[in-house]
Amino acid sequence: MTRRWRLLAAVLLVVSGMQAGGVRASESEVPPTVAEPVDFAREVLPILAANCFACHGPDEAERAADLRLDTRDGATEHVIVPGDADRSELIARITSADDELRMPPPETERQLSSEEVDVLRRWIGEGAAWARHWAFVPPVLPEVPACVDESWPQSAIDHFVLARLEREGLQPSAPASRTAWLRRVSFDLTGLPPTPEEVRAFTADASRDAFEKQVDRLLASPRYGERMAADWLDIARFADTNGYQNDFNRSMWPWRDWVIQAFNANMPADQFLVEQLAGDLLPEPTQDQLIATGFNRNHRMVTEGGSIDEEWRVENVVDRVETTATAFLGLTMGCARCHDHKYDPVSRRDFYQFYAFFNNVDEQGVYNERRGNVPPMIEVPTADERQRLAEADTALAEAKQRLADAQVDLAATFAGEPPASEAPAARLRALRDRLLVAKIEGEMPANAAASAVAPEEPAWVASPVGEGVDLVGREASHVDLGQLITPQADDPLSWTLWARLDADGALVSKMDDGAGYRGFDTIVLGDKRLKVHLVAAWPSDAIAVTTKVAVPREQWFHLAVSYDGSRTAAGVKIWLDGVALETNLEQDSLKGEINTAEPLRLGRRSSGLFLDGSLAAVAFFDAALTDDTVRQLRMADLRRQVPDLTVAIDAIPEATRAYLQREAAGGLRLEVERLQKERDQLAGSVQTAMVMRDRSDVRPTYMLHRGQYDQPEESEPLSPQVPETLGTLGEGDSKNRLDLARWLIEPEHPLTARVVANRLWKQFFGRGIVATLDNFGVQGDSPSHPELLDWLAVRLVQSGWDMKALQREIVLSATYRQSAATSESVRERDPENRLLARGPRRRLSAEMIRDNALAVSGLLVERLGGPSVKPYQPAGLWDDLAGGANGGPYVLAEGDDLYRRSLYTFRKRTVSHPTLATFDAPSWEICQAKRGTTNTPLQSLALLNDTTYAEAAAHLAVRMQGDEEGDGDLAEQIGRGFLLTTSRLPEVAEQTSLTRGYGHYLDYYREHPDDVTALLSHGGSPIPADQHTPELAALTAVAAVLLNLDETVSR
Amino acid sequence: MTPFPCNRRTFLNRSGLSLGSVAMASLAARSSMAAATSSGALPGLPHFAPKAKRVIYLFQSGAPSQFESFDYKPRLEELQATELPDSVRMGQRLTGMTAGQASFPIARSKFAFTQHGSGGTWISELFPHIAKQADDLCVIRSMHTEAINHDPAITFFQTGSQLAGRPSMGAWIAYGLGSLNDNLPSFLVMVSRGTGRAAGQPLYDRLWGSGPLPSRYQGVKLRASSEPILYLANPAGCPPQIRRQMLDDLRGLNQQSLERLHDPEIATRIEQYELAFRMQSAVPDLMELADEPEHVLEMYGPEVQKPGTYARNCLLARRLAERDVRFIQLYHMGWDQHDNLPDHMSKQAKDVDQPTAALIADLKQRGLLDDTLIIWGGEFGRTVYCQGTLTNETYGRDHHPRSFSIFMAGGGIQGGMTYGATDDYGYNIVEGPVHVNDLHATVLHCLGIDHERLTVPFQGLDLRLSGVEKRRVVEEILA
Repeated sequence: MTRRWRLLAAVLLVVSGMQAGGVRASESEVPPTVAEPVDFAREVLPILAANCFACHGPDEAERAADLRLDTRDGATEHVIVPGDADRSELIARITSADDELRMPPPETERQLSSEEVDVLRRWIGEGAAWARHWAFVPPVLPEVPACVDESWPQSAIDHFVLARLEREGLQPSAPASRTAWLRRVSFDLTGLPPTPEEVRAFTADASRDAFEKQVDRLLASPRYGERMAADWLDIARFADTNGYQNDFNRSMWPWRDWVIQAFNANMPADQFLVEQLAGDLLPEPTQDQLIATGFNRNHRMVTEGGSIDEEWRVENVVDRVETTATAFLGLTMGCARCHDHKYDPVSRRDFYQFYAFFNNVDEQGVYNERRGNVPPMIEVPTADERQRLAEADTALAEAKQRLADAQVDLAATFAGEPPASEAPAARLRALRDRLLVAKIEGEMPANAAASAVAPEEPAWVASPVGEGVDLVGREASHVDLGQLITPQADDPLSWTLWARLDADGALVSKMDDGAGYRGFDTIVLGDKRLKVHLVAAWPSDAIAVTTKVAVPREQWFHLAVSYDGSRTAAGVKIWLDGVALETNLEQDSLKGEINTAEPLRLGRRSSGLFLDGSLAAVAFFDAALTDDTVRQLRMADLRRQVPDLTVAIDAIPEATRAYLQREAAGGLRLEVERLQKERDQLAGSVQTAMVMRDRSDVRPTYMLHRGQYDQPEESEPLSPQVPETLGTLGEGDSKNRLDLARWLIEPEHPLTARVVANRLWKQFFGRGIVATLDNFGVQGDSPSHPELLDWLAVRLVQSGWDMKALQREIVLSATYRQSAATSESVRERDPENRLLARGPRRRLSAEMIRDNALAVSGLLVERLGGPSVKPYQPAGLWDDLAGGANGGPYVLAEGDDLYRRSLYTFRKRTVSHPTLATFDAPSWEICQAKRGTTNTPLQSLALLNDTTYAEAAAHLAVRMQGDEEGDGDLAEQIGRGFLLTTSRLPEVAEQTSLTRGYGHYLDYYREHPDDVTALLSHGGSPIPADQHTPELAALTAVAAVLLNLDETVSR
Repeated sequence: MTPFPCNRRTFLNRSGLSLGSVAMASLAARSSMAAATSSGALPGLPHFAPKAKRVIYLFQSGAPSQFESFDYKPRLEELQATELPDSVRMGQRLTGMTAGQASFPIARSKFAFTQHGSGGTWISELFPHIAKQADDLCVIRSMHTEAINHDPAITFFQTGSQLAGRPSMGAWIAYGLGSLNDNLPSFLVMVSRGTGRAAGQPLYDRLWGSGPLPSRYQGVKLRASSEPILYLANPAGCPPQIRRQMLDDLRGLNQQSLERLHDPEIATRIEQYELAFRMQSAVPDLMELADEPEHVLEMYGPEVQKPGTYARNCLLARRLAERDVRFIQLYHMGWDQHDNLPDHMSKQAKDVDQPTAALIADLKQRGLLDDTLIIWGGEFGRTVYCQGTLTNETYGRDHHPRSFSIFMAGGGIQGGMTYGATDDYGYNIVEGPVHVNDLHATVLHCLGIDHERLTVPFQGLDLRLSGVEKRRVVEEILA
């Protein structure tokens, strides 16, 4: 189609003069006259590329007959005789009638048209001049062409367009109405329709710069950044989930918000590029510059269990190569992964050298079943999180200071306690009689049983209550107390001790592990919690109690355990440093006896659990303890080390002093621990962003045979480099992404500025000057206005990459201001509007369709940024495919989040949101430079029946009704709705049609009050019941018609 | 709901057709509901006379084991619990789930095999109903793939590439051949959940996506809810007569725009609203089973009564075939038997055995099997060695891409045959390897398409369903 059109253009080239109304000289045969020499790059190269390069191109592996036609040397070596087409084998072969000889071969189903043959013939005749593909030659500022009609152009842009039209014998269309232009430019720059007030103000504005004022207003709107971001998010394959298999959520909205802010701040396009490609490599990068690098982390991520790490790491890198090449170079590099490019001069080596830029990220290929963001990533607390973190830090610092300042006040500590000499006697007299003592105080107590000896002589250590034994976690290292006590299950039994632990093990036991664990014990578990057993037969006939909190390590503490003889787990109590601990009752079924012939032991059980730690002042009681007695016992132990309360704290033995000091700070210490924990939790839940970060040791890069991860060609390590045909980064040190980024923004770069300018152009005209936005290579579409593209590109660079300035110039051009209305003949002549003889008209994007409905119905909530939201989606969509098991079910948003712009709608890659996907939004799995525009019955169903639009219709109807007296006139109501949805007032015929429809609806709803209520109650903002009138229902039906108008979903 | 006074159902009821004349009713249904000729085909397509007009793809997601279904390996009885020889495995890569296993003991099938049909096709006792259709089946025991994990493997089968972004098989075919039906999309997708594994492998929209093809070719999901197609039902408070009036108003207004702007997209949009309106009756008519005689429902088994089951989807597949929907894609999840295989796979087999067999028989008795191509199979095979602990009672199997079995039936395919073979271990293919892209080439061939000539430009190359390598149509299995 493209080629045919170009040839038609050539045919019409010779016609001079102008004729009103578009097509000039009709399609009558005009004899072709040789006008200008054949342009190799624009006319010849595309023919060769499309028909010859697959076998005779840059791909060495596929090259047939050792003939290459992608270089002049190759072509003129055998098959082309410059200046003599008839003697050139090329012409003979492409025109041969013999299937055996003709090229391309019949099986390719390609055959050159007679026009194409003619181009080649003339080109050879003219000397077969060779040139590089146009896109690989740096743009230079072209001269602005003169036009016959100098009154029409408003800017240089218009000169380029009009000059072409005049060559084609076409005339530009009349200017669009002011309202049509305002609607067009409002959607193009902000993605939203103009309000009726904006329309009225603009149509009434007689000032000379009325248009400029509108453009400046729109460019300054925060909505501008959102609209610009929508296109960039497609290229950057931004989404809220990982995309493979379980499709876990990720959280990259900080990157998305960075994009919006960058556009709103009119960040220069070169900076926009550098920060996203290499922000992390800039000197002392800011947090924003790091966030920007998320561009190359937005790719999909494998979490499927069992996947092979290197296989998917390679895919990550390949995705970065393809995305970067498409986004900034407008080239498809992907095919060179497996073989030299068939059409463009990108070799496999080029591909893997480019790959080397992205091959050193400090990442894994598979994050096995891991949810959320994965490294490398940074914390990017939100303003709220930042404030809460700062508050937590302050509170923690203050608590730590209070702890550091705490002093031991002996008088206060022992207030109410008897003097040391009297302590046990005075308050524990009743208990003392039943005291079974095994105090370890420097030597074995005299009243301990004769067998109470340690098989291995223990070491002695200082404790807060005198000396204790130090056990080292071996079998022989324990204290055997023989049959010191022989408790029964119905007897109360308690023990207290001082301990300092290095690891877990048994503190106290009298238990026979080999006989169903009969006996009792107190052990420290691996997780540092304490467990107390009283067992007749484990586990059916036993009590087991575990503390909910851990006991400390590497510091002395006092422990008390009490059993009241009740045979219930509730009868077991545990105190740590005098404070009763909460416990879990794990077994509570003790019926039998607990006596055993095993000795009472400290530091082990009969067959293991050897304790690594120290014990002191162990005492057993044949009575249950209370909070009071535990406190008194503990204080009495300490008091014996502090005979005189007036002594200076420094004079007290060190271990005791340390304990007392911690004790004095006890509440404060707990407070510090609590605050620290809170702070850590807060920090752990802080928003993160995945970023680029390279490893310090460089991961080697090799070519991969056929692109396979497990077939590296290790004989030849590669360094990062740009494709040879486009330039080189110079010799010397290994280059990195920052070098790549800086190379891309060099003013002389042939592609970058053209690619950016082309994309900006497409934003306004629906197609690029190069229609293949993702392919500026030989196979890509030829530019419709090559000089204009170069002019835009050079202007962009010269302006300091000022995107808003270029956009301003485009939307103020006469070209952009043309009416879209045209005759059928002009449309037939140029259905795609390549020549721009009319204004651009097209359907709104998926996001705009919904945003428009929200805006005109007054439901839109214009809050910028933040986590993605979940507006209406039919129930069960996620569950159908994934059982809802992985991302959880789709939880509908509430309140404002139902009405945010569609840019913020949650993007689950494996289950597209139907409100957007139905209207051609991509699934964001891979980089996509351009969306299709389809026209399907599913779109009709969505616009008619989706809750989004049913709710919007009712709210639009309320707005149409107006809120003042005198607004009740139906014609005015319909006019108001029409203006809201189409930005213009209805014609008489339209008004009549809608009025008649209203009458039908009203007749029905007057008879059906239930349907009135139903129609006005859709969505999260139902219309209040007192407004449920047949009139509003009828108007809602009219509003629904308006929301479905072709004109409403177009601009 | 239905605006027309007489739809097909009432017609059938009134005409008092006997239950025996389903074939005739089916023909009547086809002629009344479907356009006789294809619309929207690419120029030059089909490339040659097709054997099949439509496809029903019964995708068994999660990968059913070939050892308990169609690849009979008697020697495994004696090899039970012996170590898989390295000479067989030949360094084949394993998934991260079993790569660390110290031992790879061979697990035989717990289920017995017998031969069926005139071709003596070996089929396990888990599939007694399918076995009865053996004369219509072509079992391929020599499938192989390149992927080893579910996501890339399913994507490979459905789109010809392991990576996302390529058009799915149904999209290619809808794009190439156009629609045979004016009231329904040409590519419909149905999903069911198996009983063999509680948390089955998820599916993804991309499996029926259109990639770079226009999105109107992407599969439309037919759901088991009150709204089988998204947004099909009018919103509450908007009855059919109001909707019709709205559409008339809308058409009038859009017509005025068309006359003013001459934009052909407006004309298309007017048509799409009318098609949408027709779908609003065609889809409920499709889903309503009151016209299905009892004995037909019984063929599909008791689960057919439950919306959303595989059995119900099979019945709907037949109804869609009658309506000339071009590509009918079913997915049945839950075939990922890493452990407890005998128990879980029995349940999965029970889910699909009777309904699959019924679908084949039902199409056949209506004369539809001849031009409907049926494909049954998963995304890869399973290992001959046991994953986890092997006992006499139970075992599990990991993913195995090197060899596995599927079957095809109907339009253009020889029945009663078995194609390809694996070694005694069922590990390596020894005869007639069929690559996934070969299968694509073969499916397209049955539809009259040369797989090398259905292409679109994409990322600098001519993209095709059968991939970039040279692939072949498996001529040996063609009728």
